[in-house]
Amino acid sequence: MATEQGSNGQMELHGDELLVVDGVKKYFPITRGIIFQKAIAQVQAVDGVSFSINPGETLGIVGESGCGKSTLARCIVRLLDTTAGRIMFEGRDITNVSRVAMRPIRREMTMIFQDPYASLNPRKRVGFIIGEPLEVHKLGTPAEVKRRVQELLEVVGLNPEHYNRFPHEFSGGQRQRIGVARALAVNPKLIVCDEPVSALDVSVQAQILNLLKDLQDDFGLTYIFIAHDLNVVRHISDRVMVMYLGQVSEVADRDTLYREPKHPYTGALLSAVPIPNPERGRAREAIVLEGDVPSPVNPPSGCRFHPRCPRFVEGHCDVEEPELFPFGNGHVAKCFYPLERWPMTAEEMRRRGTARAQEEPVQA
Amino acid sequence: MALLEVKDLRTSFKTEDGIVKAVDGVSFTVEKGQTLGIVGESGSGKSVTCLTIMGLNAKRTTMSSGEALWKGKDLLRAKSSELRKIRGDEMSMIFQDPMTSLNPVHTIGKQLVEAVQLHRDVTVRVAKARALELLKAVGIPKAEGRIDDYPHQFSGGMRQRVMIAMALINDPDLLIADEPTTALDVTTQAQILNLMKRLQEDFGSAIIMITHDLGVVAETADDVVVMYAAKVVEHAKVHDLFNRPQHPYTWGLMGSLPRLETDTERLVQIPGQPPSLLRPPSGCRFHPRCPYVMGVCRTTEPKLLATERDPSHLQACHLDQETKDREANKLIESTMAEVG
Ligand SMILES: Nc1ncnc2c1ncn2[C@@H]1O[C@H](COP(=O)(O)OP(=O)(O)OP(=O)(O)O)[C@@H](O)[C@H]1O
Ligand SMILES: Nc1ncnc2c1ncn2[C@@H]1O[C@H](COP(=O)(O)OP(=O)(O)OP(=O)(O)O)[C@@H](O)[C@H]1O
Ligand SMILES: [Mg+2]
Ligand SMILES: [Mg+2]
Repeated sequence: MATEQGSNGQMELHGDELLVVDGVKKYFPITRGIIFQKAIAQVQAVDGVSFSINPGETLGIVGESGCGKSTLARCIVRLLDTTAGRIMFEGRDITNVSRVAMRPIRREMTMIFQDPYASLNPRKRVGFIIGEPLEVHKLGTPAEVKRRVQELLEVVGLNPEHYNRFPHEFSGGQRQRIGVARALAVNPKLIVCDEPVSALDVSVQAQILNLLKDLQDDFGLTYIFIAHDLNVVRHISDRVMVMYLGQVSEVADRDTLYREPKHPYTGALLSAVPIPNPERGRAREAIVLEGDVPSPVNPPSGCRFHPRCPRFVEGHCDVEEPELFPFGNGHVAKCFYPLERWPMTAEEMRRRGTARAQEEPVQA
Repeated sequence: MALLEVKDLRTSFKTEDGIVKAVDGVSFTVEKGQTLGIVGESGSGKSVTCLTIMGLNAKRTTMSSGEALWKGKDLLRAKSSELRKIRGDEMSMIFQDPMTSLNPVHTIGKQLVEAVQLHRDVTVRVAKARALELLKAVGIPKAEGRIDDYPHQFSGGMRQRVMIAMALINDPDLLIADEPTTALDVTTQAQILNLMKRLQEDFGSAIIMITHDLGVVAETADDVVVMYAAKVVEHAKVHDLFNRPQHPYTWGLMGSLPRLETDTERLVQIPGQPPSLLRPPSGCRFHPRCPYVMGVCRTTEPKLLATERDPSHLQACHLDQETKDREANKLIESTMAEVG
């Protein structure tokens, strides 16, 4: 069951969530100056994100480039300290635990990094890189570790001959799979996957996605799955969360999100998916978002999406910030004028139906 | 004369375990104003093909042969000083791995300004204005405020867009884009693809677009090359490739697509493991994984030949035309049925 998010933004928890992210913020200072670094502003990369995940569930996260997905992921696995908010893993508050206390938790919670090359030690051989987490956590004799690494190479579609190579001797997609193998090595409970299949051809991608699903079926793994490919996200996720400029703009179970998106940004995203068919694809009409991409240093007033929103209502959307309004079954969307139906053209989106704020509160 | 003509290109790497033949006899041409798509299995030699053309492989461990004629001049035999002049000016590349091609110790702005000044005799002010213009065009919000940031302060997709800005900054005649939009959401991706189209319209530039996204290929390419295990297995006009694919690997690829319209628990994947390039399979390299394998496939390597009906559609497969047409039709019908 999905966690309901009340209209006041408070989460109602049932106690056995694997992960709870509660009002997390991450601001990066922008500094200038040569000798004296002075903070002149802040990048509000993540600005009050809350959600929870049940064991065995997959939460997909999508959103514009730069909207804070990777930053959120790094906060969750505690590679970054949060500016505010709370992160609970298996009922335990890990927001401020020390590095030493965090060590055993790193076995339960691993991450696949977006930038495969930057996350692999260039001076180490791949066999070592994948086996390292096993050695760190003392999981097996050297012979056992080697066998496990070879097994991992195979399940991610690499060759045994790759064992002795260095990261620079691989293709982009092969490096990405090294990252996948490394994250799987310790049999974690939660894997935070940041664009785990973006560099893979569709067949190898299918192999990895099938592998992740099999592991979930067999061992109850839980995934946070960040990706730009909406087809992939739909395939793998139970629920999908859409982010915009550091905040959650919509959450729903995946079928609902793809069939009845409520937030105009979600609609724009769905309309822009390229279609693998030359005739139909080139004829498709994507909803183009006009206006400048807003900056997380100085987010727009009111609804953060308002400067680019086709349904923007002056005097309302730019003044008041919408809450995450409920639409039932855990579906929430941060919009005063949600989409009445789907699909819609850009023109139809501009013509609004009834204003959400003037309706009676909807029963969730 | 073609803008770029690649003939029988071969590149191998020395590794501790032996010689890896990463590119093994690849040929294609790119005409002015055209977009050539390259798709294929991860590790099949797409990036190495382009790095070889650009002369960017590590010299010590790499051996290359064949020709890459740029406006008639062979790049494989050109001096490094000549290559340096062409690269980043007439011909530029968006690399697959942005973090490895951006310098972590210099600001974004400094790197962009250098990219301009390397090839143009302009002041820093002019170069900086150009840098800002490009950063805006690739959708970096409040670019003036972020031009003095370092690469690590940018998100994955923002770094990728800085790379794109750098590759476009001197309006190249040929843009080699290696997975240029993998880190971008679909709306930003659409914006970037438009930007490339504009380059093409304004300057008649050509593009080589390497991508795993068959949707992007379908929407941008004129011709498409399909690679498997260091070789070209199919080469066709985009329309023909999607409507009449001729190679079992291409069928496998198209059959593996997850689609928005369908609900399946498991995705179809090509059976078996990707091939070794140290010891590639005999005969047709795809034979160990091919559902249509015949005796001849194990012993004889198929040549890349035109189909009977269409001299511009090249394919390397021993299957008879009738079987190919039947299987291609089956595939198209099943995907069409899903799409509705
Ligand atoms: N420096 C190197 N030494 C040894 N092998 C290498 C080296 N660079 C690449 N390779 C191998 O050459 C093959 C082709 O690599 P390439 O990067 O061209 O693949 P690709 O088609 O671009 O794949 P991807 O889609 O995953 O990026 C791969 O199998 C790779 O492992
Ligand atoms: N170390 C840092 N210092 C300053 N700003 C940062 C830092 N890391 C990230 N940011 C900024 O925070 C914002 C969010 O970045 P993040 O990497 O989380 O985005 P993302 O959603 O993962 O994007 P993408 O889809 O492009 O990977 C961006 O504006 C980015 O420039
Ligand atoms: Mg990211
Ligand atoms: Mg590559």
